Amino acid sequence: MSATDLAPVAPLPDRGGPQQPLVIARDLRRHFPIRSGFFGRRTGTVHAVDGVSFEVVKGETLGIVGESGCGKSTTARLLVGLIALDEGDIIFDGDRLGDQLSLRELRRGVQMVFQDSYASLNPRLTIEDSIAFGPKVHGMGEGQARRRARELLASVGLEPARFAGRYPHELSGGQRQRVNIARALAMAPRLVILDEAVSALDKSVEAQVLNLLADLKEERDLTYVFISHDLNVVRYISDRVMVMYLGEVVEIGPAEAVYARKAHPYTAALFAAMPSMDPDARTEEPPLAGDPPNPIDPPTGCRFHTRCRFAEAVCAAVKPALASVPGEARGGEARAEAHVAACHMLVAGSGHSAAGGAA
Amino acid sequence: MAVITESIVAPVERTQGYWSGVARRFRRDPVAAGCAVLLLLLILAAIFAPYLGLADPYAGSMARRLRRIGTPGFPLGTDELGRDMLARLVYGGRLTLFLGITPVVAAFSIGTVLGLVAGYVGGRTNTVIMRLVDVFFAFPSVLLAIAISGALGAGIVNSLVSLTIVFVPPITRVAESVTASVRSLDYVDAARASGAGAFTIVRVHVLGNVLGPIFVYATSLTSVSMILAAGLSFLGLGVKPPEPEWGLMLNTLRTAIYINPWVAALPGLMIFVTSLCLNLVSDGLRSAMNVRD
Repeated sequence: MSATDLAPVAPLPDRGGPQQPLVIARDLRRHFPIRSGFFGRRTGTVHAVDGVSFEVVKGETLGIVGESGCGKSTTARLLVGLIALDEGDIIFDGDRLGDQLSLRELRRGVQMVFQDSYASLNPRLTIEDSIAFGPKVHGMGEGQARRRARELLASVGLEPARFAGRYPHELSGGQRQRVNIARALAMAPRLVILDEAVSALDKSVEAQVLNLLADLKEERDLTYVFISHDLNVVRYISDRVMVMYLGEVVEIGPAEAVYARKAHPYTAALFAAMPSMDPDARTEEPPLAGDPPNPIDPPTGCRFHTRCRFAEAVCAAVKPALASVPGEARGGEARAEAHVAACHMLVAGSGHSAAGGAA
Repeated sequence: MAVITESIVAPVERTQGYWSGVARRFRRDPVAAGCAVLLLLLILAAIFAPYLGLADPYAGSMARRLRRIGTPGFPLGTDELGRDMLARLVYGGRLTLFLGITPVVAAFSIGTVLGLVAGYVGGRTNTVIMRLVDVFFAFPSVLLAIAISGALGAGIVNSLVSLTIVFVPPITRVAESVTASVRSLDYVDAARASGAGAFTIVRVHVLGNVLGPIFVYATSLTSVSMILAAGLSFLGLGVKPPEPEWGLMLNTLRTAIYINPWVAALPGLMIFVTSLCLNLVSDGLRSAMNVRD
């Protein structure tokens, strides 16, 4: 693939340098109004994403985990600009979305792979046409777009001569997901958001696609945001992990640190729900009871206090801020590498009995 | 990768296009295919009626009124004014099919555009369009057609207009719901994420996926339209005598039902067969368009 060949949709140049995070999400907020009645009065609000802040470092894979309904997918859609932000900033390689960066420019840099491999391909278009659509929208000629589509098919492991002219229903789930990856790459993005991209595949195919993703990342210098509820997969692929609960971030940190320490009680409960391979380490009692509270009317203070074993009065009253996890060697050094969690038990003098005076 | 690059330039093995697949599946359905052939024959007969060597459909004679089916010279008998039934049925097909199909085609174009806009844009636009459509839904379609026709006055053009107005709301509603369901699919989101504008997305990704179902629904309306048009003529709001039109013929032959019931039933039979065929064809199209089968 020569650079001149792909000129109209060439990868965006790096602007901020390696130290600049590729994405800084600052206090993202998205509330969905619930309307009812004849005049569509606003009768409630779903707090889908409520003050989420994080950074995506260049070249890393950030895993996002959490129960369904915790705001993972909404966060992903906010990052691609499929849903408009109510509040907060998205800063892509130093440029703020809105004034310094148009939505169209953001979409050149960020692409997404969806969970449902069938619903994410137009059944009336051949897969070649589906892949070539994006580049054509951005002004690439017909022939050139087709050539790019076939090159991408080859690089995701589908022989172009056999597959280019096929329709989505003629492909298997794994093959379709490869096409979806190729379609995302056709825009030469720098960040690819994988929203449960491998969750619907069976295990052997899932492993192949994960390896493909790892190869593509290296080959094309990509950054991934990997959303999944499969904690084993997230651990395998991620450099850092972010845990979400009810539209908020409860813990972020390097994958191994989060898996080893599980600083937030919710993280601990979530990981305890992970099936173990060891029959002696069966989960005897459920780590967490009940459903997550209603996001229409989220609990006060710490949103997890209604289900938390360690909950005390302070938890219902005061919302804990993200604080660095004590005893972590890397904590506080570089911001993006820090291991932080939002729990009163980690903050000395927070008023929680487990926090202690000077831990 | 080096191994595969060879074949990038090789010609692509193209599988069959979508519509040729639909045609193939449609042909495999004997009922639908048979009905399609029958409809085609009816339409061709209507178009080429003057060249078929039929008797004059307007020439009557008091001497040979209400002859039976099979009378020599009058294979399908004669009507209450002694006109040749075969000729009148074939010529009648011209007006009846025209009145049945034209309003649906017109309503299909208008309703599809309205439904696409309402379904894709959503929000207030959707509310405005769909509530307006609901106003028309408040009236039964026959009543609405009669009311509009009555207000505009009798005549072919006016009955075409009134039938078009009657069919726009149901087609809009179907178009809106299909569009809204396609719009929520991930491939539309993926197209939006690639930075395409609304018009391009509708053209490339939405239209192809909604036209099929809307078209199938519209074909099923053709039979309703034909019956309504016949009904308007029956009430004296559409075609005027002595024009041959199946609904009108049914009306005038009604008085002869005890004298020669078989002849009197013929226009009704034609309406029945044609609308049945239209329904079966639209059914066949629906299943032929279902790609996942």
